Amino acid sequence: MSHIEKVTATDTPLLTVAGLTKTYGARIGCADVSFDLYPGEVLGIVGESGSGKSTLLSCLAGHQRPERGRIAYDGQDVLAMSESARRRLGRTDWAYVHQNPRDGLRMGVSAGGNVGERLMAVGARHYGDIRAAATDWLGLVEIAADRIDDRPRAFSGGMQQRLQIARNLVTGPRLVFMDEPTGGLDVSVQARLLDLLRGLVRDLGLSVVIVTHDLAVVRLLAHRLMVMQGGRVVEQGLTDQVLDDPQHAYTQLLVSSVLQV
Amino acid sequence: MNDATPEPAYNFAYLDEQTKRMIRRAILKGIAVPGYQVPFASREMPMPYGWGTGGVQVTAACLVPEDRLKVIDQGADDTTNAVSIRRFFARTAGVATTTRTADATLIQTRHRIPETPLHAGQILVYQVPIPEPLRFLEPRETETRKMHELEEYGLMHVKLYEDIARHGQIATSYAYPVKVSGRYVMDPSPIPKFDNPKLSDSPAIQLFGAGREQRIYALPPYTKVVSLDFDDHPFTASKAAHVCDLCGARASYLDEVITDDLGGRMFVCSDTDFCTDRQAHGKRGRLSAPISGGAA
Repeated sequence: MSHIEKVTATDTPLLTVAGLTKTYGARIGCADVSFDLYPGEVLGIVGESGSGKSTLLSCLAGHQRPERGRIAYDGQDVLAMSESARRRLGRTDWAYVHQNPRDGLRMGVSAGGNVGERLMAVGARHYGDIRAAATDWLGLVEIAADRIDDRPRAFSGGMQQRLQIARNLVTGPRLVFMDEPTGGLDVSVQARLLDLLRGLVRDLGLSVVIVTHDLAVVRLLAHRLMVMQGGRVVEQGLTDQVLDDPQHAYTQLLVSSVLQV
Repeated sequence: MNDATPEPAYNFAYLDEQTKRMIRRAILKGIAVPGYQVPFASREMPMPYGWGTGGVQVTAACLVPEDRLKVIDQGADDTTNAVSIRRFFARTAGVATTTRTADATLIQTRHRIPETPLHAGQILVYQVPIPEPLRFLEPRETETRKMHELEEYGLMHVKLYEDIARHGQIATSYAYPVKVSGRYVMDPSPIPKFDNPKLSDSPAIQLFGAGREQRIYALPPYTKVVSLDFDDHPFTASKAAHVCDLCGARASYLDEVITDDLGGRMFVCSDTDFCTDRQAHGKRGRLSAPISGGAA
């Protein structure tokens, strides 16, 4: 498979996380999390509600500041960066797909404006070019071109989520954080979205950190898997290996809890 | 148009000295950082919010007894807002007032910049309803402040993009966002975009006061002010494609006045001082009264 070749071709990680700890007072958000993410690699983070996976993701994306630990992106220490540099990274090299598209979209702005916002934020000032890029991206996420001037409010849940993905990917980020991207969608829409995501990740060579409690999602998308419980990583490894031969008691419980249809 | 001595019950220009000092500090800070919105402790004024309480406070803080004050509302010296504010300061400060732009040392304005070019030494005070240009796109004040701090102004272009997508052109015709000295994006108050070019490189000091929102910002003289636009949809200072029906001016901003219910209408300069001055100099428009015997 091509992405395996890509992974082995580069031996410097894109994102290095070491000893990341975030507490809420006396309670642990996530504790002592360490991992490397290589270019083109998809890392899944699974665990039950309250296991610290969303806390971890928001620390990685710079929405929260961890108490301890180190995050290095492409050789730069993210936590030591100035806020302006970090936010610039957040709208150029990074992307963040929210679980609820309402959090990630501007609901009062047309689909084209939503996709174009990141381009304008990095200095695009040619209306025709911005609109052409927006049209292209709507096509890539399977939204009809004649919906470009509609507001996201007029879109279905699945379309909103696809629009959010287009809006995030338009500046060609290298690292994408996804928080339950398929949450709240019905299964057939989920399947189409997963298909789309898989295609985009493969074609664009994206590195992805994806948080979910849906094991089917990580089975399809993730190369590697991290299982979290109580804020700590209890098991990690290749996705198929973790899911087919779980070692930790909690992972075994998690895998056996999935309903077989 | 000179006037009585100020009412003894009031401090000079209504506000107490400590308040004026506080407002002057905000103004100085605003001038030091052009386009930056300086918070200030806006006071209750004896008029409702939306009637220019911000502008009135800035005017009160700037007035000295030697000043000659002009107040305009949408360009006119004779509308309720302009008349009552002018009378307010005539009563409480006893300053001289005028309607002539060239003679005024301080001009408080609502929604217009006078047609007559301003000169050095003049102060132009704007009344501002909503000082935050990003407000309708980003409701969170914490976030808009951060965006100003980090110069993240992509969102302002999203608004212009939406205009073009919906109307085929930038339909924003007033309160048109500008960038000041290559740094802060600023709402120039709801002046028509026709007036935007006059903001730039003006020899006068321009002060903006928002009373309800408690913000003051400023343009020092000769500040570079650029209206935002797209490369393929450049900014244009638009006005009605007509000529003033009273003075024949071609290049002044026009108001459309409905004159009957049969579709009759006329276009007149919104700047009344500019228009009467031109008429006094013998300029005539389509609907001017015929020249009385020998005056021409």
